[in-house]
Amino acid sequence: MQSSISIVIDALPYLLSGFFNTAAIVLMAMFLGLLLGIGIAVGLVYGGRMLRFLLGLYVWFFRGVPVLVLLFLFYFGLFPYLHLPINALVSVSVVLGMTTGAYQANIFKGAIIALPRGQFNAASALGMSTFQAIRTIILPQALRHSIPAWSNEYSIILKDSALAFVIGAPEIMARTQFVASRTYQHLSLYIVAGLLYFLLTWLGVTSLRYLEQKVKIPGYSHHGMR
Amino acid sequence: MTITMPPILQVENLYKSFDNTAILKGVSLRLHQGEIKVLIGPSGSGKSTLLQCINCLVQPDRGEILLDGTAVDRTSKTSLCRLRQEVGMIFQDFNLFDHLTALNNIIIPLRKVKKICRREAEKRARLELEQVGLADKTELYPAQLSGGQKQRVAMARALAMDPKALLLDEPTSALDPELIGEVIAVIKNLAARGMTMLMATHQISLIATLADEILFMEQGSIVEHGSPSVLLAPGSNSKSQGFCDRLNELSDGRE
Repeated sequence: MQSSISIVIDALPYLLSGFFNTAAIVLMAMFLGLLLGIGIAVGLVYGGRMLRFLLGLYVWFFRGVPVLVLLFLFYFGLFPYLHLPINALVSVSVVLGMTTGAYQANIFKGAIIALPRGQFNAASALGMSTFQAIRTIILPQALRHSIPAWSNEYSIILKDSALAFVIGAPEIMARTQFVASRTYQHLSLYIVAGLLYFLLTWLGVTSLRYLEQKVKIPGYSHHGMR
Repeated sequence: MTITMPPILQVENLYKSFDNTAILKGVSLRLHQGEIKVLIGPSGSGKSTLLQCINCLVQPDRGEILLDGTAVDRTSKTSLCRLRQEVGMIFQDFNLFDHLTALNNIIIPLRKVKKICRREAEKRARLELEQVGLADKTELYPAQLSGGQKQRVAMARALAMDPKALLLDEPTSALDPELIGEVIAVIKNLAARGMTMLMATHQISLIATLADEILFMEQGSIVEHGSPSVLLAPGSNSKSQGFCDRLNELSDGRE
């Protein structure tokens, strides 16, 4: 019988390809969520009544339904129904992206409405259109203030991505389970899986903290007094 | 002059209510080229709302705003943008864009609104900062500037847009006493260069020395107007005089 160490070493390349697939899922989901979140947040703050209502429905739906249900709903239900030939990995990215989009929308919305009203007024008073003011004045500030909350969202989505296992996307959890069920080295293999998730969390959170420092506004105090 | 030239800015019968409380009750005024009018009156009398209604940051309920004799179509975004480009605004709390350096605070609107190329915009921005005595602060962020410096950057930013008139909403009220002087100096310099201004202020030195006309507001109406030499003359018994006397007492003899 092989030792557990040599089994882990033999399985490592296979597990690592899962690692990169998980990273790809999370990056795609967070990017899709970023685009959706910014759009929804701007609509929720500046949009008309009807638009706000529709966007509110979107947020309510994706926050209200478990990710697992959404995965089944889209992968086994909606995508085949629409004859969309989307593989498991992309499906997970899209579903997680749409889910985090709803959460990110609220992060950005909070950051936008926390900005002093005068920022928008000053832009308007200089003759900028609403779109220009949002793009050049409001979002650059709101997005900076959103980075800490956004990094929470990253680690949550990273861990939710393990659910992709149930629809057979070849990510860390699925690959680990595949090897474990054949070698019976559950303990050592799931420790490795946990470490791989931990490594991805650490990489993401550290990069985001670096980004936060990098784009910090000189002299700007986050502790009240301005 | 008044016969041939329409006023640069004319406000006719402006009304505004918030939640059934009337804030402006039919305010009219005219501002001719080079004129400086000063709005005074107690807090809550509608001075700030009037200024914000004039460039439609707050939409008036009724009334007309005329720019160079032409009524502004408040439903059209392009005419609103034009109005705001031609009528600059200075706020009590400066409202510099916090994420941009002093220089970029001026460059961004020049590029986005006036569509001037980066190099020209930067040249203009440096010139305007020099005019307000901040040539050495171009790369600093708002949080690194004093209140007086922020207000001077805000003025440079408004002036870079080449406005025909400037609205000033208590430009010195948020400043520490020792910083008021530098902002007043800039305003006086502007007046000397013939800038048309409508200013709400509690600053006696600006009221008495700069105003061509004082407009005294009370409960949403202009209840008294006239030149400072008449309204503030000893024994004139005007509301303006009473108000300025009280301001003088409060500032205990300080300028």
